[in-house]
Amino acid sequence: MRTESSVLRSKDLLGIEPLTPEEITLILDTAEGFKEVSERPVKKVPALRGQLVINLFMEASTRTRVSFEIAEKRLSADTLNFSASGSAVEKGETLIDTAENLVAMHPNMIVIRHKHPGSPKMLAERFENIAVINAGDGAHEHPTQALLDAFTIRERLGRLQGVNVAIVGDIKYSRVVRSNIHLLTKMKANVTLSAPPTLLPAEIEKMGVRVVHSLDEAIEGADVVMMLRIQLERQGKLSFPSLREYYNTFGLTRERLRRAKEGVLVMHPGPMNRGVEIASDVADDPRYSVILDQVTNGVAVRMAVLYLLGGAHASE
Amino acid sequence: MNLLITNARVVDPSQDLDGTLDVLIEGGTIARIDKRIKANDVDVIDASGLVLAPGFIDLHTHLREPGQEHKETIATGTRAAVAGGYTAVCAMANSVPPNDERAVTEMVLAESARNGSCRVYPVGAVSKGLAGEELAELADLRAAGCVAVSDDGKPVYNAQLMRRALEYCSMLGMPLIAHEEDANLSDGGVMHEGYFSTLLGMRGIPAASEETLVARDVILAELTGAHVHIAHLSTAGAVEIMRQARERGVRVTAEVTPHHLALSDADVQSFSTYLKMNPPLRSDKHRQAILEGVADGTIDAIATDHAPHHFDEKNVEFDLAPFGVIGLETAFGVCYEQLVREGVIGLPRLIELLSTGPARIFNLPGGTLRAGSLGDVTLLDLDAQQHVTKQFASKAANSPFIGRTLQGRVVTTIVGGVVKYDIREPKKAAAPQRKRK
Repeated sequence: MRTESSVLRSKDLLGIEPLTPEEITLILDTAEGFKEVSERPVKKVPALRGQLVINLFMEASTRTRVSFEIAEKRLSADTLNFSASGSAVEKGETLIDTAENLVAMHPNMIVIRHKHPGSPKMLAERFENIAVINAGDGAHEHPTQALLDAFTIRERLGRLQGVNVAIVGDIKYSRVVRSNIHLLTKMKANVTLSAPPTLLPAEIEKMGVRVVHSLDEAIEGADVVMMLRIQLERQGKLSFPSLREYYNTFGLTRERLRRAKEGVLVMHPGPMNRGVEIASDVADDPRYSVILDQVTNGVAVRMAVLYLLGGAHASE
Repeated sequence: MNLLITNARVVDPSQDLDGTLDVLIEGGTIARIDKRIKANDVDVIDASGLVLAPGFIDLHTHLREPGQEHKETIATGTRAAVAGGYTAVCAMANSVPPNDERAVTEMVLAESARNGSCRVYPVGAVSKGLAGEELAELADLRAAGCVAVSDDGKPVYNAQLMRRALEYCSMLGMPLIAHEEDANLSDGGVMHEGYFSTLLGMRGIPAASEETLVARDVILAELTGAHVHIAHLSTAGAVEIMRQARERGVRVTAEVTPHHLALSDADVQSFSTYLKMNPPLRSDKHRQAILEGVADGTIDAIATDHAPHHFDEKNVEFDLAPFGVIGLETAFGVCYEQLVREGVIGLPRLIELLSTGPARIFNLPGGTLRAGSLGDVTLLDLDAQQHVTKQFASKAANSPFIGRTLQGRVVTTIVGGVVKYDIREPKKAAAPQRKRK
């Protein structure tokens, strides 16, 4: 018999916003078990044997795509990687038509990355019998990234509640930050954002966060400093005058990090622009940086999500 | 055939009329309004329990013909119009090719005469090709039958061109309909910039994008003395700018759409492309402000911005879908609910916004039941409901109101004394009886 707290309510993972704190805890707890699998000599369990997972990546990705694929393989799922480039998408096929054709081949789950917000929801509403996992939709959500970030914080600090998290950089165009704000505020962590006003979206304070423009003020007393990638193509498009000025104002350096709490964690969802948002000596210093732990934990968290949406239901 | 409509609650804001009366239409024009009219040799419609209003006039309709007949045609668009109680529509210029020369105006008028269900008043382009660079032949467009000019869909971005166009329009006695948007501020936005665009990760169109151009054009209207009509006004700031301009006596008028009165950006959380239009659904603060503008008279008209799109065009990601929703067939029910049932205004004021107001500000015939005016009337059943489904008289179905039940509906639309739309209950709808004496 399965109890209420051992299943997710939705067939899909479209974002963190719809999840309850109990569901978040369930995913993180489940991921702990799967992290152990990744440390075994034989890194494989049969949970998703016979299930087909399609990784529908309509936008470039390294970490997320590889991480999902490894997670699927460690759960013994059959995986198929679909990228927009080299497919009929280049001939003008729409997302709906592309998905209809893939679904006609009976996958159990679709992991989708797309540059347009809402596209995972579009598929989830259309295909009632398929679990849709959002691997990043535009600047909307990237739920598994927030989950792996939370897993990493919990693993290091032992809790999420009351933890002071500073998130710095390109808030406006970041799906990572939105998912992280949802997750951290649901779990009662304290979130402070820091960015120039040009990289802050409208009325973001209403999401339950503090906003400061001074990086020093944001870092003061932080347990975690999460740096976001600056999209270099934004330079010169009125978001900030130059990379030099950005680094001088918002770049994370060892000097600046002194204001944080002892044992502060430095995180970055990748890919990093060294010398733009973060100095290499911070990014590479094992005393602060948990950037590669995030990557390792990503596999365990994605295994947990895949298992809870596919494996758990299939085994009933 | 002459037509006698009996026992209706006749509401005509143009002469402050609201009472149970009979209306006689002879030779396509209103002959008489009185108690218990006796007439020979007429068709009779018993309108007991119904409201009779001057036919609705839509200042802002995209009929899509010529050029985009897969979305809508003059035939289907005007059928949608009469199904919504409209006896006349102003056809926007952004067809393909645009209505920037006499030949297109004449084509629209000829096709309307051939296959239209209601009157069609063409709106010409301000600039050639809607490109915002050179003036279209505005006098020729006026002579061919255009009632106003507009580059709608785009602003007239060049302030000097706008000034020249207004000066020219003042000579022609023709309003210029302004789509107010600073494209640089809109910056590729797809919805209103605010909390919900932040939540959804979508690019936002700030209210300032509209308000900066409304302010500019109020100033240019003042400079030139020309009549600027603000299309689909949607923000609190724009209402305030309008209010101040009106107090100074500037010749500016404004319309709002039913969807901006009824919906807000919070609704976009569904990611439905049927909630994507330009200007976008604003936040509730803006919605409240335009409701106030409607109540205090700052807003002159309700216009649908009926913008049909093909199913395939809207069946894509929100970012990729074209802007625009249809509105002719739901306008009355939506406005009756949002404005009258919610207590913002009374029914006569709603009819003024849908009929008398539009006629007055564009100097169109109609909008009144005075003897000698057009025999264009709309019958409304305030007790009936309209269940909005995907079935529309329009060729398109991109309505944000599908699935809703609207209170109050259009039952009969009469254009020039001819019944063009009629869904009265079978008892009432029995073929008009010849009255014999």
